[in-house]
Amino acid sequence: MWRYVLRRIAYMVPTVFAISVVSFVIIQLPPGDYLTQLASRLRERGEPADQAYLDALSARYGLDEPVPVQYLTWMKGILFHGDFGMSFEWNQPVSALLADTLPFTIALTLGTLLFTWIVAFPIGIYSAVRPYSPGDYLATTIGFIGLAIPNFLLALVLVYLSRLWFGGSFVGVFSSEYAHAPWSVGRFIDLLSHLWIPVIVLGTAGTAGLIRILRANLLDELRRPYVVAGRARGMGERRLLIRYPLRVALNPFVSTIGWVLPMLVSGEVVVGTVLALPTTGPLMLGALRSQDMYLAGSIILVVSVLTVIGTLLSDLVLAWLDPRVRHQYR
Amino acid sequence: MTQPHPARHSASQWRLVWWRFRRHRLAMAGAVVLAVAYLVALFAEFVAPYSTEYQQVGYGGAPPQVLKVVDTSPDGWDWGLYVNGYTDHVDQETLEITYEVDHEQRVPVRFFAEGESYKLFGLFETDRHLIGPADPEGPPVFFLGATANGYDLFSRIVHGARVSLTIGLVGVAASFVIGVVLGGISGYVGGWVDTVIQRLIEFFMSIPTLPLWLGLAAAVPTDWGPMQRYFTITVILSAIAWTDLARVVRGRFMALREEDFVTATALDGVGPPRLIFGHMLPSFTSHLIASTTLAIPAMILAETALSFLGLGLRAPAVSWGTLLEEAQNFATLQAAPWLLLPGAAVVVVVLSFNFVGDGLRDAADPYKS
Repeated sequence: MWRYVLRRIAYMVPTVFAISVVSFVIIQLPPGDYLTQLASRLRERGEPADQAYLDALSARYGLDEPVPVQYLTWMKGILFHGDFGMSFEWNQPVSALLADTLPFTIALTLGTLLFTWIVAFPIGIYSAVRPYSPGDYLATTIGFIGLAIPNFLLALVLVYLSRLWFGGSFVGVFSSEYAHAPWSVGRFIDLLSHLWIPVIVLGTAGTAGLIRILRANLLDELRRPYVVAGRARGMGERRLLIRYPLRVALNPFVSTIGWVLPMLVSGEVVVGTVLALPTTGPLMLGALRSQDMYLAGSIILVVSVLTVIGTLLSDLVLAWLDPRVRHQYR
Repeated sequence: MTQPHPARHSASQWRLVWWRFRRHRLAMAGAVVLAVAYLVALFAEFVAPYSTEYQQVGYGGAPPQVLKVVDTSPDGWDWGLYVNGYTDHVDQETLEITYEVDHEQRVPVRFFAEGESYKLFGLFETDRHLIGPADPEGPPVFFLGATANGYDLFSRIVHGARVSLTIGLVGVAASFVIGVVLGGISGYVGGWVDTVIQRLIEFFMSIPTLPLWLGLAAAVPTDWGPMQRYFTITVILSAIAWTDLARVVRGRFMALREEDFVTATALDGVGPPRLIFGHMLPSFTSHLIASTTLAIPAMILAETALSFLGLGLRAPAVSWGTLLEEAQNFATLQAAPWLLLPGAAVVVVVLSFNFVGDGLRDAADPYKS
């Protein structure tokens, strides 16, 4: 087991390195250099650009140096000081902006993942146990449509309908009266009443995919001879299902985090923008539009690395659950 | 097919695939929808009543007019296509003009109506449109409503189909080439080459694609023309989307390498290029086509999302994504919910591609059971 863990962690290193390089390339891609942009931005705002301040920035991030050196300086700042660079749009360190938005992003993503599981699990089992029943067809149809609707469209439609039916705004995370209020039961309920839309919107595609996978896996398992043998010995259907086939069919459920997580993070950019959530997605989009590249590149870096870590954790859980995976890599 | 079909023994593989595919009802329905959609895109100028530049500022935000066949309002029945006209209403406080469908007015509509002249495929000059107002001088018709700027939404969806439907094809074609080459090398050569390519694929699969796409798309200079942008976006999309295909190809090559017929061909002195392209690839072409079909909808959705976020194609270019960008504002949406209709077009096309892809995947191996 430990060898497997070490091996997986060792595999992660080149991936994370590649992500950091790609993020840095994205920072460097737009034409024009950072300092000139910053100076012109400051002038637009009516604050004269302080030459000493610009020089200090240039020295700190090695902006006069060749590109590979800049990359190393940037990486060193992140690794040793948690310094991701400056956002000239916000005139704040990127790390401060990340600290504001990242916790909510992670909470939303994990919450959606949980929602995906809770919904997909019973429906997937039902579809496999009663294949080709009306309920199965209904689940399959909804699944197909769930995969085909772009999530921003779903967000727009849900907000439109909820306004039509319940009135009130469901955009953002809090209603205006709770926005700056201290935590209370009312505020929490208000939060939940806003969060259901992003969670459903983000979770739909993943849920549809998971249902399909669970159904296919469980159907395969249910045809195995050991199931027939168990049934022949008079084992109850429910116990027969839960004892073995479900356990085996659940393993891919864990490993799917590997593709559900990147999907959720991608979806969060769109949904966060449409619903005006305080997440990293809209922040990144705004940064890309105004070419605030340190902010944009850092968000891409952090979000991708977190996804890779999430995938690693799911792989480790899978190895812990499934001896076949453990032994394969010995 | 329980009865042994007499023609079955002599049928070619493609015929068998077709027979199997034909039995998949949803896939057939999807194929018909797609055929219609691509025909519409091909003849967009003819199908759409108006061009993309046709603007009636006075009708901004006008609601959809339902096409009617029978008019029962005057005395008795009157046959003929028509839509109801509009009445405008000016809000005295905000001076905002709102339009409502007026059931008293009739605007006759006809097929092959006279309208703006255009050159179909740049060859034939004509002024006929599949459907349009019977009187070209009379009031305009907006079957699916007008956008806030007074463009005809129906015409724009028809013209946008051209971009949205082809970007999937072009993008998939590009990623197909990368996927087949890299996946083929990976599966055929094996060894450390395989390991490197596999790591590369895992890298692309483990990171969230949309932020990466957005990051790359944001670097495309804003002053580039629509065509240049279109191709750059396609390249960006396919640079990341080839991984699934590469995986399929690699797996197939791995399995085929062990097959007897491959060993026999190799022993006969056939070189690798001919072995790969002449013997190995044809044996799983049907699988490749199925995987490719399933990859197209993801491309279409990606373009829509990018354009919707304002980093894909940009406004004079008309695609379903850029059309949906107008629906981003909730206030606009409240006043004009029909702006979401391009989204319905996206869903229908993506669903159809998924059905066709699923049908093809089931039919790809006609010798199985």
